Amino acid sequence: MNHWMIFPILLPAVVAPLIVLAIRNDIVLARIFSIGCSVALLMVGGYQFGLASDGVIRTYAIGNWSPPFGIVLVLDRLSATMLLLTAVIGLFVLLYSITGWDNRGRHFHPLFQFQLMGLNGAFLTGDLFNLFVFFEVLLIASYGLMVHGGGGATRIRAGIQYVVMNLTGSSLFLIAIALIYSATGTLNMADLSRKIHETPAATQAILSVGGALLFIVFALKSALFPLHLWLPGTYANAPGPAAALFSIMTKVGVYSIVRLFTLSSVGLEWVLPAALATLMIGSIGVLASRSLGQQASFATLASMGTLFVAISGSNSMALSAGLYYLIHSTLCVAGIFLIVDLVIVKRPGFGDALVESPKFPYQGIIACMFFAFAVALSGVPPLSGFIGKILVLKSTQGFPNWHWIWLILFVTSFVGLVGMARSGSLLFWKCNTTQLDVALFDSNNPSPQVNSIPSPVASSIVLQSVAIGCFFALIAMLSVFASPVSVFMKETAEQLYDSQKYVDSVLGKDK
Amino acid sequence: MELLVATAVAAMTAAGIYLLLRAQTFSIVLGLTMVTYAVNLFIFASGRLTVNQPDIIVNPTGTYADPLPQALVLTAIVISFAMTALILVMSVRSYFESGSDLVDLFGPEETVSKDRR
Repeated sequence: MNHWMIFPILLPAVVAPLIVLAIRNDIVLARIFSIGCSVALLMVGGYQFGLASDGVIRTYAIGNWSPPFGIVLVLDRLSATMLLLTAVIGLFVLLYSITGWDNRGRHFHPLFQFQLMGLNGAFLTGDLFNLFVFFEVLLIASYGLMVHGGGGATRIRAGIQYVVMNLTGSSLFLIAIALIYSATGTLNMADLSRKIHETPAATQAILSVGGALLFIVFALKSALFPLHLWLPGTYANAPGPAAALFSIMTKVGVYSIVRLFTLSSVGLEWVLPAALATLMIGSIGVLASRSLGQQASFATLASMGTLFVAISGSNSMALSAGLYYLIHSTLCVAGIFLIVDLVIVKRPGFGDALVESPKFPYQGIIACMFFAFAVALSGVPPLSGFIGKILVLKSTQGFPNWHWIWLILFVTSFVGLVGMARSGSLLFWKCNTTQLDVALFDSNNPSPQVNSIPSPVASSIVLQSVAIGCFFALIAMLSVFASPVSVFMKETAEQLYDSQKYVDSVLGKDK
Repeated sequence: MELLVATAVAAMTAAGIYLLLRAQTFSIVLGLTMVTYAVNLFIFASGRLTVNQPDIIVNPTGTYADPLPQALVLTAIVISFAMTALILVMSVRSYFESGSDLVDLFGPEETVSKDRR
């Protein structure tokens, strides 16, 4: 048994209490431990990714209780990919947040590490109830991060809405688990995959209701129409680094849907209308947004829609396109929320509102970064957003009404692009004219107004740009190495659809 | 007994959903509590309803109480208890920040994140 498998759960679970109990008053030490933990997670993630890429499904029985009686961790290509993605996002977001966000309230680092623990656990576990527990771990940490650093009544209220939404979702999750347990008598995912096709017809209805409820819960987490309403308010009002980390949280829902529905061999074709509706609402929202944070939230929504279009294909080719797009959109959304935060910090008095403002410090570099991420997010060549959308378009060719899907994808991409271009020009171009007007009309004051804005510490912008630049470097790599990545994703998708192999690896072949 | 448990779950769920849909934090917290009670009872029932049975298999032919849902309920109770405490703290904070216990976000002129720093 490979004990490294439990490391991504164990390490943050040790480091987070250590920071809370021993070094809560020393921010420097807390930062060192937190960064160290994230670096270690990244290295282990890379190691496990290398392990899993040979196609063998590895299992780890916690406490050596043999499955299906004990809880089992399962490492296959998909979980290894998600672990690595979580570690990468965690490290870079942390790098950004140590420039000051972590010091605006208490206990940022422990919450961050607990969130990483919950994410890693959710990606590794092979047990349905354990999945619920790890969901709760990552959610309760995210509740703390959501209202980190105060932020006034708006953020607290948005936080309450977020908590209530997710608590209701958790109740549904428990009901679904109870229904499935009462129908099959097991909660081990591999065992479930075997038993759901053997259940008598009388309990089949209970099982279907349980499965449908599970889908509703995961659709709520991943903001699928009509359960998307919480996302814009939450993301737009969360602190920048928290919103960036949340970009992987919507993907936990997608991961769970993919995992459970490939294991149970149930098709997802009926998701398509909801996916297209999510896509349309997202891109209309991008165009209608009144602040950059809101716009980034709606862009997230649109990317979730695209992702679900791919997943609804229910074959390995569509799923591999979806997985490629998943990685791209996670990196992209994380980066864009950091840029939103940068704009808020550097534009005192205006925040991220889409209104004209005087010139602000570091405008050029922020504009460049926003341009790069807007290109990636709206799916314009040459970055991975374009490649991802091409893959998704190609995978939908087999659909009965594929031309409608293509039309919606093209139109929404265009609408999203227009929205991004509008906000970019409002934020970064039009302010120059404002400044010019000020200089013209206010001739008594020779120096433009910008000089009165106190310039923030120069070193923080370097670290912040490095963090955002790292995300961009990853997106660039995802675009350059699109071919090997998509080959890997194809293998991942094929492994997912070969559910018998998963069952055999977890439970042993003889059963 | 089935009827009793089923009506109890139904009544609590209905009351919980009604309270959840109100626009004030206090009712919502009460509603969430109701819903979690209903869910706990429901999980308990998923192991089949038995009375006066041991939770281990004494004789293979006899009946027994399924111990797994009991363990699940315990976990669910702990988690829902912690979550209730958390949302209570957040509600109190929201009340002090905004002077009311409404849960709706403010109008558009206020949401344009001026207070985000």
